[in-house]
Amino acid sequence: MLRRTLNRWLGRDERRVDSRNICVGHRSSSNNEAFIPPKFCDNRIVSSKYTVWNFLPKNLFEQFRRIANFYFLIIFLVQVIVDTPTSPVTSGLPLFFVITVTAIKQGYEDWLRHKADNEVNKYPVTVLEQGRRVRKESEKIKVGDVLEVDEDETFPCDLILLQSSREDDTCFVTTASLDGESNHKTHYTVPDTEKDLESLNATIECEQPQPDLYKFVGRMHIYKADQEPAVRSLGPENLLLKGSTLKNTQTICGVAIYTGMETKMALNYQGKSQKRSAVEKSINAFLLVYLCILVSKALVCTTLKYVWQNKPGQDEPWYNEKTQREKDTNLYLKMFTDFLSFMVLFNFIIPVSMYVTVEMQKFLGSFFITWDKDFFDPEIKEGALVNTSDLNEELGQVEYVFTDKTGTLTQNNMEFIECCIDGFQYKYQDAGTDLDGFCVTDGPANKVQHKAGREKEELFLRALCLCHTVQVKESPEQGQGQRDGLMDHVDGLGVDGEGLHPPPQEQRGFIASSPDEVALVKGAMRYGFTFLGFESKTMKILTRDNDVERYELLHVLNFDPVRRRMSVIVRSKSGDTLLFCKGADSSIFPRVRQEEVERIRMNVERNATEGYRTLCVAYKYLNAEEYAQADAGLREARLALQDREEKLMAVYNQVETGMSLIGATAVEDRLQEEAAETMEALQGAGMKVWVLTGDKMETAKSTCYACRLFQRNTELLELTVRTLEDGGRRREERLHELLVEYHKKAVQDAPPVKAGVTRAWSSANHDYGFIIDGATLSMVLNSSSESNSSRYKNLFLQICQNCTSVLCCRMAPLQKAQIVKMVKNSKGSPITLSIGDGANDVSMILEAHVGIGIKGKEGRQAVRNSDYAIPKLKHLKKLLLAHGHLYYVRIAHLVQYFFYKNLCFILPQFLYQFFCGYSQQPLYDAAYLTMYNICFTSMPILAYSLLEQHICMEVLLDNATLYRGIAKNGMLRWGPFFYWTLLGVFHGLLFFFGVRYLFGNPALQDNGQVFGNWSYGTIVFTVLVFTVTLKLALDTRHWTWINHFVIWGSLAFYVFFSFFWGGIIWPFLKQQRLYFVFANMLSSVSAWLVIILLILLSLLPEILLVVFRKPRGPHAGQLSQEGLLQTARLHPSHHLPIST
Amino acid sequence: MVKEEKEIANRPDNTAFTQQRLPAWQPMLSAGIVIPGFVLIGLAFIGIGVALFVTSRSITVLEIDYTGIEKDSACFKCSNADVKNCVCNLVFSIDSLFEGPVFFYYGLSNYFQNYRKYAASRDDEQLSGDLDAFTAPSDSCSPYDYNSNDKPIVPCGAIANSMFNDTFVLYRVVNGANKLVPLDGKGIAWWTDYNVKFRNPSVTPLKNAFNNTVKPIFWPKPAYQLDASDPANNGFINQDFLVWMRRAALPDFRKLYRRITDGEYAKGLPAGNYSLTIAYNYPVESFDGRKKVVFSNVSWMGGKNEFLGIAYLVVGSLCVLMSIVMLIVYAKFKFPEED
Repeated sequence: MLRRTLNRWLGRDERRVDSRNICVGHRSSSNNEAFIPPKFCDNRIVSSKYTVWNFLPKNLFEQFRRIANFYFLIIFLVQVIVDTPTSPVTSGLPLFFVITVTAIKQGYEDWLRHKADNEVNKYPVTVLEQGRRVRKESEKIKVGDVLEVDEDETFPCDLILLQSSREDDTCFVTTASLDGESNHKTHYTVPDTEKDLESLNATIECEQPQPDLYKFVGRMHIYKADQEPAVRSLGPENLLLKGSTLKNTQTICGVAIYTGMETKMALNYQGKSQKRSAVEKSINAFLLVYLCILVSKALVCTTLKYVWQNKPGQDEPWYNEKTQREKDTNLYLKMFTDFLSFMVLFNFIIPVSMYVTVEMQKFLGSFFITWDKDFFDPEIKEGALVNTSDLNEELGQVEYVFTDKTGTLTQNNMEFIECCIDGFQYKYQDAGTDLDGFCVTDGPANKVQHKAGREKEELFLRALCLCHTVQVKESPEQGQGQRDGLMDHVDGLGVDGEGLHPPPQEQRGFIASSPDEVALVKGAMRYGFTFLGFESKTMKILTRDNDVERYELLHVLNFDPVRRRMSVIVRSKSGDTLLFCKGADSSIFPRVRQEEVERIRMNVERNATEGYRTLCVAYKYLNAEEYAQADAGLREARLALQDREEKLMAVYNQVETGMSLIGATAVEDRLQEEAAETMEALQGAGMKVWVLTGDKMETAKSTCYACRLFQRNTELLELTVRTLEDGGRRREERLHELLVEYHKKAVQDAPPVKAGVTRAWSSANHDYGFIIDGATLSMVLNSSSESNSSRYKNLFLQICQNCTSVLCCRMAPLQKAQIVKMVKNSKGSPITLSIGDGANDVSMILEAHVGIGIKGKEGRQAVRNSDYAIPKLKHLKKLLLAHGHLYYVRIAHLVQYFFYKNLCFILPQFLYQFFCGYSQQPLYDAAYLTMYNICFTSMPILAYSLLEQHICMEVLLDNATLYRGIAKNGMLRWGPFFYWTLLGVFHGLLFFFGVRYLFGNPALQDNGQVFGNWSYGTIVFTVLVFTVTLKLALDTRHWTWINHFVIWGSLAFYVFFSFFWGGIIWPFLKQQRLYFVFANMLSSVSAWLVIILLILLSLLPEILLVVFRKPRGPHAGQLSQEGLLQTARLHPSHHLPIST
Repeated sequence: MVKEEKEIANRPDNTAFTQQRLPAWQPMLSAGIVIPGFVLIGLAFIGIGVALFVTSRSITVLEIDYTGIEKDSACFKCSNADVKNCVCNLVFSIDSLFEGPVFFYYGLSNYFQNYRKYAASRDDEQLSGDLDAFTAPSDSCSPYDYNSNDKPIVPCGAIANSMFNDTFVLYRVVNGANKLVPLDGKGIAWWTDYNVKFRNPSVTPLKNAFNNTVKPIFWPKPAYQLDASDPANNGFINQDFLVWMRRAALPDFRKLYRRITDGEYAKGLPAGNYSLTIAYNYPVESFDGRKKVVFSNVSWMGGKNEFLGIAYLVVGSLCVLMSIVMLIVYAKFKFPEED
């Protein structure tokens, strides 16, 4: 970290220029004598935080930056400096323990990082130096070195691909370790570089390192002895990233441009911002209350001490004279040190161990998510992934769920359903698969003219075959053959040869970034047009007549979510230059001749309402002049170093005009397994589900119906471009009008229901669904006038909050995040959850309180940025309703219990001050003070907080409504906190005064001997340990053997320890205070009786509460809970391990 | 099938623990358990309570304050701090046999043995007979560690220094003549204190161990002369010293002084008149303290303590009462889940 910042600081000069210049192979160009090779960082990866030397100071510094640790350090220091009642050991030992354990853990983790770093840094690489191949350690690579990388090796730094052993100047890589996408990606060499790298004299000008994996702009100047320097543009397709692996390619050569900590991988390594859970906020609030209690206790005691000492004879009785130093000390200083002493005496009220326990609970608890076999998906062979354990309990608090549609609600497993060519519908039927393949299944009414012209058909199918970025997956044997005799094969196979052996269709695998494309190519294949793959820059397709047609791929105008379309420019064998374009209807229709639109629009809309994803296909011929212009424009834009995106976009828009529409496709995206059940469960649990999608409204709406987010009786409130244009007035006015109208409907006219009733899910109220699209949303959010904007936003929010579900369609990724943010910051700051699978969901995943990634088909970006990742949507139900609910209950109970047990621990000590002249005499022995939170009472609550299932999982899953019982941080609000505090006070008072009245006559043994003050403290402490442990036992509803073991074990340990501690004269102790105190206490019948009495009396109200809570009817939540427990008990099989 | 599953490497373990399906006992505090439980507990508590109450009632206690603040008090003349070596006589009578064994306590009130500085003011190493600690007492004893001539005080510290030094002699008045009641000073301190925790240095004679040290300022005699009659009751293992060193928990306390177990008094103190001769040495007036003597016999539960018996009776009846209330509620509302 330090190193990185230092680098950044040192590199500030360099950073001022926004590009860097690199000489390939360190051969400085002749025409630039004054060129000073700039300094770049070396290729050492440092992910470790510490070195042997700085570990101790740095680690300590980092640990004491935490407020809790710092607090305990201060207490410790006060104990060391000021003469305090308890020895510094009592707070020093736990602190030391915590710090040591943390340091060991962090040290071990850092050691692992060191090891991993070393492995990477010492990895041997091959560098080409003056024509020789030199083996070097990876860390010695310098920017500008030319490296050789073999197949299946990982790139040691970011490289520009100069040369590939493949004939077509490409290479394949997988970026599995970077973003998890395991498909092969094609990268291209810089065009026109010399085959002989020896003589290559070139410089590369590229942007400064930046973390975006998918963006890169640069330029390569190639100097030749007698020519003008040639300039080639460099893009991400030329860049090989550190961390990705070379596949299917024997060897490549590349020049290092970003090394070490400047590689994109290293820049991406930086941690995400920390999300904090609501529980943590509650803890901090409670902490503040307890701090106030602590301070006021100390203040009360200090004040009373001086009041009491003012009485004659009390300040300094003859039997307890002060030392000269004490007499000389300034009164105010004495008061201050007394105050500090009281603080130290009562400081155990805020236990260091709570932080440790909470941390452990979160860390260990999160394993149950990864371990859950219900989350295991046999298809991808992976289970759930936990990226952060800080938010476990937040899963039980979700109020708003924002879900993506494609890939999340739906499978993103596309199937070609039908197409429409020139207005005629074609539906593929499996039954009639003859080789001709074209089955037209329109209604008989259309029989007369049921086919478009053959020419149109074929054009459409060619378009489908050409307009994509799909690659043919090489089956292993094919790949092998290619590797063995690359040259022979490519040369040897002619057109006819290929035609003779068309690979069987089933074996043909396609790889693409989007499953739509695969579906379309497969769809075309069914109709007889098979895409055979690339051969250098030529695309080959097999037509229906078993001819192989070749098209030279001139340009790919890539897809992007803003433009919502992609195009290719190809040149056919006959020399025609064609542009094929496919995209969303909204982005195609304005760019084609309008008379063609109407025929197809009908089909597209019908398909969309059926829930299919539709794409329109268009084409245009480019004459030589047009092509030349487009070509020049594209090349220029691609070379631009600045604003390349914008420039490209401009050219794209310019080229993709005046096209003719050929047809449209409909692809089905099936719903995820149990999508509807999951959504229903979430709604039943009181969560509001919002669908945020980039898809069309009709498609999204039908998905919502299919997922039962909208029911048949749901009244839809629509706020889209279409409804806005209805009135014929200005959009803004219409927007205002609609908002007010909907607000009236959904918010004002809704019967004012009591809180209790709204909680019941099955209210007879009208259900409202709300639909808004991206364009309208931006109108709502960015209204022309400021005042309107906030007003609209409010109206919008209120409407949405009163609707059962909201659909936002046509959303840009940033808009998704905007919506999440808006809801997150609305009144009551509800807990939000975003779930998505694609890169376009990352922003909302990061924005929401809890971000869930689905290990879907659209790469791993969402998973990487999420807090939790699950394989399928259906797992969300268990994650929230079972795991989330349990985690919340566990941690809430843990927190409350911790505060409670420390309150009743310290309260007797506070009360004792009134009986010992406010002299800060501790009631308990130092060993008890120290061990109480560490040993005697920590394990049962930890076990509870890991294993408790107050309601068993099956019941939680079957009764989504139970989730509402803990909504809005229900167990950590002030009410329950007050109850626990009261309980702590009650117990504390009982312990102290119970024993105090017993000690009215301290002769408690049958031999007439008397007990002293340590016996007093030990009796109170024994009652305390037993009561708080049994109180937890009373709260435990799920007794596994572990619970039994730790609860009874803790008590046994306490007894054993007390005997042991009091049984030996400890040589290191200055005072043998507890010698035989415990044993003597047990020899007194009265002590036994008072212990039993006080424990029972403390727990009595608790037991009564449990019993009396049941029969009172109105507490619906309680009742159902008890009732369900009953059912759970009737089915003990739930709790038996299921045998495999 | 099983084989197939095994091939999948990262499938989570299907164990009861990882799947949170450990067999569990799920206790239910239903009325059916709680009502009989409460009745049982209540009855048991009432039983114990009655036993405690009766026992406590049967214990006889005789408490006599002898501070001497009041003018009519026998020890009034001694309460003035200027009077040295004052002796006063306390006369009292017992109506019926004071059943034995009788324990003789002295009590102090408003005396803070639990004062923190006071409590820490001792040196356990010294008291365990460590001769090194004789010459260099612990800092915690300050200001009772060295005298004005810089000689170490043994035993050091405020607790030892302030040892209670009133002595009592009990006479039974028989026909106008005082007959000495023998007081047993053994077994008044904890066995472990006497035998393990406190040790005299292994130097004979004991006096030599105390060379170059001085006695505590308040003490009339050095530690090795605490009991001239019994060498086993001298030095740090003097039982009166041990009793004093076990500090009381509360500012009003009593400590065991003697047991009356010998000879004819083993059965108890017969009815009659008694005279207690008190060597009044211990000043308490300056801090508003009181001094008293207590004669008491003990039972299995220790000394007289009404609190425990009453508390048990109250809690026991509370339990029974609660179970009755619960029963009524139960009958009225018919706990739904128990049908």
